[in-house]
Amino acid sequence: MSSFADTTFTSPERIRNFCIIAHIDHGKSTLADRMLQLTGVLDERSYRDQYLDRMDIERERGITIKAQNVRLPWQVGGTDHVLHLIDTPGHVDFTYEVSRSLAACEGAILLVDAAQGIEAQTLANLYLAMEHDLHIIPVLNKIDLPAAEPDRYAAELAHIIGCDPGDVLRVSAKTGMGVRELLDEVVRQVPPPQGDADAPARALIFDSVYDTYRGVVTYIRVFDGKITPRQKIRMMSTGATHELLEVGIISPDPKPCSGLGVGEVGYLITGVKDVRQSKVGDTITLEKGGATEPLGGYRDPRPMVYAGLYPVDGSDYPVLREALDKLRLNDAALNYEPETSAALGFGFRCGFLGLLHLEITRDRLEREYGLDLISTAPNVVYRVVMEDGTEQVVTNPSDWPTGKIAEVHEPVVRTTIIAPSEFVGAIMELCQSRRGQLGGMDYLSESRVELRYTLPLAEIIFDFFDALKSRTRGYASLDYEEAGSQTANLVKVDILLQGEPVDAFSAIVHRDQAYAYGTKMATKLRELIPRQQFEVPIQAAIGSRVIARETIRAMRKDVLAKCYGGDITRKRKLLEKQKEGKKRMKMVGRVEVPQEAFVAALSTDETGDKGKSAKK
Amino acid sequence: MASVLPTGEPAPADGSLPPEALRGLGSRPFGVYVHVPFCATRCGYCDFNTYTPGELGSAASPASWLDGLRAELGLAARVLGQAPPADTVFVGGGTPSLLGAGGLADVLDAVRDAFGLAGGAEVTTEANPESTSPEFFAGIRAAGYTRVSLGMQSAAPHVLATLDRRHTPGRPVAAAGEARAAGFEHVNLDLIYGTPGETDDDLRASLDAALNAGVDHVSAYSLIVEDGTALARRVARGELPAPDDDVLADRYEIIDTTLTAAGLTWYEVSNWAASPGARCRHNLGYWLGADWWGAGPGAHSHVGGVRWWNLKHPARYAATLAEGRSPAAAREVLSADDRRLERVLLELRLADGLPVEVLDAGGRREARTAAAEGLLDPVALGSTNGAPGRCVLTARGRLLADAVVRRLVG
Ligand SMILES: Nc1nc2c(ncn2[C@@H]2O[C@H](COP(=O)(O)OP(=O)(O)OP(=O)(O)O)[C@@H](O)[C@H]2O)c(=O)[nH]1
Ligand SMILES: C[S@@+](CC[C@H](N)C(=O)[O-])C[C@H]1O[C@@H](n2cnc3c(N)ncnc32)[C@H](O)[C@@H]1O
Ligand code: SF4
Ligand SMILES: [Mg+2]
Repeated sequence: MSSFADTTFTSPERIRNFCIIAHIDHGKSTLADRMLQLTGVLDERSYRDQYLDRMDIERERGITIKAQNVRLPWQVGGTDHVLHLIDTPGHVDFTYEVSRSLAACEGAILLVDAAQGIEAQTLANLYLAMEHDLHIIPVLNKIDLPAAEPDRYAAELAHIIGCDPGDVLRVSAKTGMGVRELLDEVVRQVPPPQGDADAPARALIFDSVYDTYRGVVTYIRVFDGKITPRQKIRMMSTGATHELLEVGIISPDPKPCSGLGVGEVGYLITGVKDVRQSKVGDTITLEKGGATEPLGGYRDPRPMVYAGLYPVDGSDYPVLREALDKLRLNDAALNYEPETSAALGFGFRCGFLGLLHLEITRDRLEREYGLDLISTAPNVVYRVVMEDGTEQVVTNPSDWPTGKIAEVHEPVVRTTIIAPSEFVGAIMELCQSRRGQLGGMDYLSESRVELRYTLPLAEIIFDFFDALKSRTRGYASLDYEEAGSQTANLVKVDILLQGEPVDAFSAIVHRDQAYAYGTKMATKLRELIPRQQFEVPIQAAIGSRVIARETIRAMRKDVLAKCYGGDITRKRKLLEKQKEGKKRMKMVGRVEVPQEAFVAALSTDETGDKGKSAKK
Repeated sequence: MASVLPTGEPAPADGSLPPEALRGLGSRPFGVYVHVPFCATRCGYCDFNTYTPGELGSAASPASWLDGLRAELGLAARVLGQAPPADTVFVGGGTPSLLGAGGLADVLDAVRDAFGLAGGAEVTTEANPESTSPEFFAGIRAAGYTRVSLGMQSAAPHVLATLDRRHTPGRPVAAAGEARAAGFEHVNLDLIYGTPGETDDDLRASLDAALNAGVDHVSAYSLIVEDGTALARRVARGELPAPDDDVLADRYEIIDTTLTAAGLTWYEVSNWAASPGARCRHNLGYWLGADWWGAGPGAHSHVGGVRWWNLKHPARYAATLAEGRSPAAAREVLSADDRRLERVLLELRLADGLPVEVLDAGGRREARTAAAEGLLDPVALGSTNGAPGRCVLTARGRLLADAVVRRLVG
């Protein structure tokens, strides 16, 4: 379908750039669907729910992982306008996607589920938008739900933003009710972009995606001047120059155009093959007569948790390396370097934004590249100061220094928890048990509170969210952001099989938790490791001090004592199968440990962040 | 006769064998196995290739089976050419005793017609205690049988009930007595141990009963919960506990100690005999790589490094033979590696053990380690007076035989 929005170089006062931000699952992508339909860019034939969730994994899990932009035509009072909409993810792991989207916009729709009210990521995203000086349009969604309480939550929202409850719009992204009016309000309220059309070109890269067929596709927002095809551009951070092969807009699919002017959002293709050559946050200018001052960029997303990824079948190592190289083309937040584990062989230590990021990455590696992977227990990054004053950054428990340690610094996060006030006691108890420090508490309304805690990151990456949910009957929501580090009394607990430490099972834990970790692992392993021909002691130890012990009794019977007559073939095939099985065993000293035991022992049975299941 | 046949390469319709397989035929012991695929009822633990009358309906009968058998034995004689006379014959099942003495005599006649019997041939039939009688034993003795193997399983009534056995607790012992009275020098009793609900004392009582029967051979098998059986379903539903490996090990030790004390010594992991002459020569052929023709539905054969197995269903078996085609479902021609693996697998189970020279360097190293760990007999392993060493399992090693095999073959 063609419309006036297909032609670029729209005058800035007719342009509105905005994003939709919200807590996870409050309906951003569904609202975007309605907007695509109402503006006529998406016909019935091509329609599917959450149209902008383009990745398989997004569709499967029903969550947004990558922000997506789209250019829409909209008329108000007979005047044509161009809207650039960016749908953002709600999960805390992908907050950096939100912040880079914000930098391309002048306004934000803050969407709140009218049956849930304000949640932790509502606040986190609201504060982010305010930091970027965006105009905020508060909107209640899902008013079609019988459980919706629009009046109550309009008051809550008004209280937080400091507006009148009457200013809070009400829509149903599902039925489309109120969406037309919302689009009108976007035009009315969001300020048009400002920029100098005659100044040297400056465009901000807010996303960069690798596409198998087209190479790297770079998403930009033009601030000054213009960008047209077949020019030479320069990346301001590196000085690298590239030929512009194509410039285009997304509406809702990529369409080449004659260029982009002030305030416009679109994409460009230069032929580079690695997203790192087209870095998010960088400023693009023209090679000839380029700008000298870059636009304010963003900080690279920094990995918060690390885990080792190992192929179950050691011979898959090259495949894993290639797969990681490919994924990285599209995921600047993913980093990895080779590591070796005595128990697991060759693999990679990978940094992730959070557990969901880890899980999704692993999932994609397994499904898209046919790999079978073991991931070690995730850990955070520690800074260890030795008594001799030297320092070490530890991203893998096996690298924990053995000498005299003066202090250990662990990362902490500022945590926001929102829940009905009746659960305050339970939440405080939980946070205390996780070494949390109360930073403050506010009532959003009579019955709902916001608690702020500083917690060690290591304490919340595993089962914290589940523990929180079970203590609040699912009503609490959680958000966190980095907040520096603190010193803590941490120790490394080793797990030994027959006296041999198994590096993959070592963990850094608080001294008070060491015993619990040690016993839990020893018990788990006793269940998971099959009996051997000899007795196998399992020990948990801090240094040379054993803190827990279990024993796997020696196996006494391993013989087929049945009459199988002349069917020798069956018996031989059975032996061949057992021999195959033995190949899938990892040897720890003389102990044969099945891969499955590693997988099971390392799986955090109470994992916190499972995408949809962890949403609230 | 496991319920699931292996997969192999297609077997030729005329039943022919590669010439290499036929080379040396007659220089190795030659046996004939006959499979009788009929039972009165199906025991809950059993996955042997056997059928009740209800399952067969009119599709097959002992008569059509016997016709097929005769045809197959005729084909065997043609395929083998200068077929040697049979050193051993073993009629197994299923329940051969359901054929009656006359039926079993017909079977043996068919074997004689095809191959003849070597002088001093061992001729065994399996029999279920409830379908035997003094007349039955006298009849088969007269027909030429020399050995009887009775499915006793246990002397404990509740164990027999769990196993769905039809006979009364005293019947197997009585039958063994009748067999001996009919002139059978060699009588075996099969026992199953580790049945859910069986106690150590139940087992001791079963052993005492078997020993009192004066037999010269006992086979004792640990209960295996086979996929697809009624027993497996009951275990899956939680109605019965699965046999516990530690308990099975304890029971095995009880069996070995008791039988040894009574003068029956082990010669294979699950078999004990009163003297070398009481060992089952036919079964030894399986373990020592002999040649044998297995006739009947689902029967397995081995001749000169070729293994094949027949169609399982009696109706298809009979129909295929009636059309003049070989009833073989598939076969495999063993590679040198397969044969070496099989030798280790089979001969290690024997008290005579496995000659060390069958193993490669790594295997011999493992053998020494296993001896140091008390799994192999260190004396047998060392070469004495120039005779090469042998791998012979210790009592503890027997219980871990499969693990030792995996180590020896790397
Ligand atoms: N009843 C009702 N359901 C809605 C409405 N809007 C969205 N939903 C449902 O809410 C769920 C989440 O919707 P999404 O659009 O995926 O939410 P999201 O905010 O994009 O989620 P993330 O991108 O993962 O943060 C889906 O099951 C939608 O069908 C609405 O107005 N009414
Ligand atoms: C070929 S079978 C059947 C012979 C005969 N019909 C009988 O049941 O006595 C020979 C022996 O295998 C043993 N057997 C059969 N199924 C078994 C199982 N699932 N586990 C252990 N032993 C089994 C029994 O001891 C049985 O006597
Ligand atoms: S009688 Fe023997 S062959 Fe027949 S079903 Fe029972 S165990 Fe199996
Ligand atoms: Mg979404």
